[in-house]
Formats: sequence, structure tokens, C-alpha cells
Amino acid sequence: MDLGPHAGFIIASYAIALVIVAGLIAWIVFDHRAQLRILEELERAGVTRRSAAREDVR
Amino acid sequence: MRLTELANPSRFNALAERVLPWLVVATVFAFALGLYQALFVAPDDYQQGATVKIMFIHVPSAWLGMLGWALMSVAALGTLVWRHPLADVAMKTAAPIGAAFTLICLVTGALWGRPTWGTYWVWDARLTSVLILFLMYLGVIALWRTVEDPSRAARAAAVLTLVGAINLPIIKFSVDWWNTLHQPASVLRLGGSTIYPTMLIPLLIMAIAFTLLFVTLHLSAMRNEILRRRVRTLRLMRAAAATP
Repeated sequence: MDLGPHAGFIIASYAIALVIVAGLIAWIVFDHRAQLRILEELERAGVTRRSAAREDVR
Repeated sequence: MRLTELANPSRFNALAERVLPWLVVATVFAFALGLYQALFVAPDDYQQGATVKIMFIHVPSAWLGMLGWALMSVAALGTLVWRHPLADVAMKTAAPIGAAFTLICLVTGALWGRPTWGTYWVWDARLTSVLILFLMYLGVIALWRTVEDPSRAARAAAVLTLVGAINLPIIKFSVDWWNTLHQPASVLRLGGSTIYPTMLIPLLIMAIAFTLLFVTLHLSAMRNEILRRRVRTLRLMRAAAATP
């Protein structure tokens, strides 16, 4: 694959896109783990929802 | 399963847990195929040479940046008309993802512009309207973080989102309404695409891959936000129980 005289621009474009997408994925994965951990801590401390069947996300 | 049942956050999360692994596999497969096509199969452009390969990430990210705001606008209607918390969740979580895709569009556009136009940036209508879209994304994200009560924040963000939706047709038709350095539409246009199939097919595969990535990230982020609100509810309950 010959990227020609402007290879730096092409490689930089793909690399920056990769970094931004990887950052998004990392944020979502770590956020998910953090929320699950906090929920677990709260439930271990005896804080539970009034009704498991009724979900209130507000 | 009826659509209304999905509006229940717990059922939504249960469905997301089941669907997400399949979406991840489909996204990886689509990117593997799309990148192979874009980097090894698609020919160089007769004028731009290999720099046309930037198109395969620039154009799909531009579409997804706009799609993100369109999705937020639909969710904003859900918030304002039906006051449904899942619409708030969809609107809130689409903002950072849409902002990221718009940022990719702006950066890759600048890097494509330098060798093609001789400049990273010009204040023409297309580039400026996309920059405004990015700034509006940042504004909505800031608004969500400023107002503590999620339902109040949702109503304010919904109004801002619907006002900002005016920018979407401006972005789309800016190249037709004004003289721009940016080229006119070449894929989504009346009269069909002007791109040769050897470049169009890889571009469409990359567009599918980016769309699958957006859906995967959005579903994941919505699942996280539902958990975050559950945490908030539990903390409020604990605080209420501790109050004498």
C-alpha cells in the first residue's frame, strides 16, 4: 500500500479517529464498571429500592 | 415484545445486555471489511491520489455527527411531549457520542483539506456550520452537567436540542446555498451518487460500520445512564432515611 507524498495526513487522520473512538469506548466501559460497583456497595449497605419491579430512573 | 415494554428501563437494560454482544461482533466485522476495502481495494483518486482514503472516515463521521443530533431531536420530542425518562436518557447519552464523531469529522476534514485545498481551515458555510454543531454538542453536554435534577436538565436540553436542529438542514444544504470551498454533495443527492462504485462500496461499508459503532456505544451509554439514575435514587433514599 503506497500512501504517496501525503502519507502523514492519512495516517494522522486514521490515528486520531482511532484515539477518539478508543477514548469513547474506554469511558463507557469504565463508567459501566463504576456504576455497577457503586450499586453493589449501596445494596451491601442495605439500601434497596422500594420495589424491584417498578423502576424509577428519574 | 411490544415497543411500549421497551420504555421500561429495566426491560430496556435486559434487552441491551442481550443485544450488545451481537452488536459488538457485527461492528468489528463491518470495520474489518470496511477498512480492508478502504485501504487495500479502493483505488486512489486521479486528482487527490491516496489522500482520498481520508474520505472513508471523514464522510461517515460527518453523517453520524448529524445523525446524533437528529436522534437527540427525536428524543427531545419524547421528553417534552411524553415526559418519558428513557427519552431523556437517549438524548443525554447521544450528546458525547455525537460530539466525538463531529470532532473526528472536523479533524479529518482539516487533515484532508491541507494537501487538497492548501489549507487546514476556511470559514466557509459547510465547515463553519459543522463547527457550530460541535459547539452546540458541547453546550448541551455542559447544560446536562450544570442542572442537577435530571428531569429539569432534560427539559432545558430538549429545548436547546430542538432549536439546534435548525442547523442540520443548514449543514446539509450549505454547499448548495452558498459558494463553498467544500465540494457539493456526491453521495446523498438527487440524480444519484457521483462516486465510482469502486470507492462508493467501501464508503458505504464504512458508513454501516460507523453506524453500528454509534448504535453499540449509544446502547451501552444508555445502560450506564440508567444505572447512574438508579444509584442517584438509592442515594436519595439513603439520605431521606438518615434524616430525623
